[in-house]
Amino acid sequence: MSTKDIQEMRQAHEVLAEFDYELGEVEKGYTNRTLYVNLSDNTIASKPVTQQMKDIFTGGKGFGLWLLWNGVTGDTKWNDPENEIVISSGPIGGTTQYPGSGKSLVVSLSPTTHSVIDSNVGGHFGPLLKFAGWDALEIQGKAERDVIVFIDGNAGKVTIEEAPEEAVDTHLIGEQMMEMFAKTDREKRDISTVSAGSGADHTLIGCLNFSWYDVRRKSVRFKQAGRGGIGTVLRDKKIKALVVKYSGRKGVANNPADRKRISKVGSKINKEIRDYDAVQNRMRNVGTPYLVSIMNDYDLLPVYNFRFGSHPEAEKIAGDVWEKRFTQDLPDGCWLGCTMSCSHAVDGYELRTGPYRGQVVIVDGPEYETTAGCGSNCGIFDPDALLEINFYCDTYGIDTISFGTLTAFVMECYEAGILNEEITGGLELSFGNAVAAIELLHQMGRGEGFGLIAGQGIRRVTQIFAQEYGGDPQFMHDIGMEAKGLEYSEYVTKESLAQQGGYGLASKGPQHDEAWLIFMDMVNNQLPTFEDKAEALHYFPMWRTWFGLCGLCKLPWNDIVPPDNAETDEPPKIPEHVQNYVELFSGVTGREVTKEDLITMSETVYNFQRVFNLKMGFGTREHDAIPYRSMGPVTVQEYESRAERYDKQLKELVRDDAEGKTTEEKMAALRAYREEQYEKLIDAVYKRRGWTPNGIPTPETLKRLHIDFPDMVELVRRHIE
Amino acid sequence: MIRVNDKFDVEWQEGMTVNSLLTILKFTFPMIIVSVNGRVVPKSEYGPTRVEDNDEVKVIHLIAGG
Repeated sequence: MSTKDIQEMRQAHEVLAEFDYELGEVEKGYTNRTLYVNLSDNTIASKPVTQQMKDIFTGGKGFGLWLLWNGVTGDTKWNDPENEIVISSGPIGGTTQYPGSGKSLVVSLSPTTHSVIDSNVGGHFGPLLKFAGWDALEIQGKAERDVIVFIDGNAGKVTIEEAPEEAVDTHLIGEQMMEMFAKTDREKRDISTVSAGSGADHTLIGCLNFSWYDVRRKSVRFKQAGRGGIGTVLRDKKIKALVVKYSGRKGVANNPADRKRISKVGSKINKEIRDYDAVQNRMRNVGTPYLVSIMNDYDLLPVYNFRFGSHPEAEKIAGDVWEKRFTQDLPDGCWLGCTMSCSHAVDGYELRTGPYRGQVVIVDGPEYETTAGCGSNCGIFDPDALLEINFYCDTYGIDTISFGTLTAFVMECYEAGILNEEITGGLELSFGNAVAAIELLHQMGRGEGFGLIAGQGIRRVTQIFAQEYGGDPQFMHDIGMEAKGLEYSEYVTKESLAQQGGYGLASKGPQHDEAWLIFMDMVNNQLPTFEDKAEALHYFPMWRTWFGLCGLCKLPWNDIVPPDNAETDEPPKIPEHVQNYVELFSGVTGREVTKEDLITMSETVYNFQRVFNLKMGFGTREHDAIPYRSMGPVTVQEYESRAERYDKQLKELVRDDAEGKTTEEKMAALRAYREEQYEKLIDAVYKRRGWTPNGIPTPETLKRLHIDFPDMVELVRRHIE
Repeated sequence: MIRVNDKFDVEWQEGMTVNSLLTILKFTFPMIIVSVNGRVVPKSEYGPTRVEDNDEVKVIHLIAGG
């Protein structure tokens, strides 16, 4: 890309609004103000962050939820101008002494769930936004034509600029913004963008790409806020890119209350990672794809739309393969100072298909979720095909998890005869057909053909397939791996009741970032009673929520453990690391906390989000229902593939002798049992969380957590009475 | 018979070790804690540590996930 091209793009900009602000200092992790941008009337304003806001919502997702709550009504739809996108890191975000401290949390109303969604992401945007002077960026309204929003954290200026010439697809506009706003090569490190892509224009499963400049590769890299279609919201607002620039980063840019305290725990965990990662999860060499072979061994890897949990060809897309493809010995952190460095990439990949065919690109990832979702779950065991899908999903701004899970669903519908080539426009969408899956993705990018239909997400295509093609609604509901309108992330949960709850009870829909309890439950047998499961489904979602309040990644919590962790009272909680976080939070903010306080901080925001769901017309028990495919075998083929296991369970758990029964009869008996178990689990979890049997936080719970705001109390009372 | 985690039954074999038991179970996750009759077995001793018939074995997997 020539300088002339960039200059011409810049000259085509029309500045719609300018806002000058006083540069401020970050103080103990906060700037104490948020930036509001309205694209409908081109207003830009500063809002104060009050002490109460910090005390109750902490930051990150908490700030996002609070700002969104005040920006929308219960009638607001995802594509109304009133909907917002809020991006916030959190008080610890931007720390470089402790690994995994550069996350951003994004909150919006989702096109696929119609309720509040949150998604966490790496890259440099959140920290740079804070150093530029803002704890959060809140965007409301819709532009008439394509715009960028540029935050210059050194000049103290925010502009909304019409940007007609720039590309939409992320790998292009990310580079264009970097070239446009960096005066020197060195300044590229000081810029981060948020963008989506052409696929987000045409589907409801759009993702956001957050960039950073990879100094070693001399190239722009991206991480994704994938879940719930926020990329679609970005493009609906006609935003091509959000850009932040801040030069002058310091190692202690958060101005922490106690630098030594942070450095002490930081040094300890960094040494731990250096010493033990190589013999534990090998995140520095392989990253999350290390999970592929493990999930396959434990019958947890989704195969053929979650029908099965393992496949003989899984090793073709497992960690060993990616370790060879990933460029090694580079500091692959998605934020500065992260010694876990798991953000790996394949360099020099030549694209085989689509509009960028022949281009040699960097593919960020694939992560485990992409490998499992777009790979084994679709019966695709070709690494190059996965790289192609991964790259195009990212640049088109499409969530790889939703794409993988919905493509697997479509493939099963195709093989079940609900769809055919006439309906799909010639795409033979059978399991394993990578060419068809890639073409489906390109159709989403181009906004044409069957891709336009599939891109609506499983919940909507199920209705379309039933109404227009005569598909059996019950069968599709059973096999359609979505809940609340969000596609499942990539773990088979049939043998873990606790994880069925981990998915079904998650606030935003079935994403595993709240709880991953499969080993504790299914393998360790540590949660034998409903009360045990409910306690785990209280503690872990609250604990894991906390990372998203502070700008933290959860991986350095439990993808590395101290060597003596086994001898602690509660190894699954990694007590030493919990204490690290107590020190880290206290050290940055100056607010002395205990490990119990961290849980209460999360519980507050968690319950607030539950009531937010209620405000949007959801948030009750019926919306915590899950598809039967996540509980047990839907088809005869599934049952018979693990007949010994299921027959044994019928005998031991259901007290039903399988002898002499047909497979269909055994399936029905097992289903009745498992569905009853799930309802009992929900009862236990609601009780533990202080919710009514209909899943509504009680006024007493709201009061205990200091979120008994009059409108919230009135809302829950209306639903309880 | 060896019952692991009070859940998984494995036929005991002459000469069985922690390593061979883990192989039979396909317990390949690297971050585990193994105990035999209440005694934690360090990873370096999985090979030589024998498992006798009817021993109580726990293999605790530390949670992870993407």
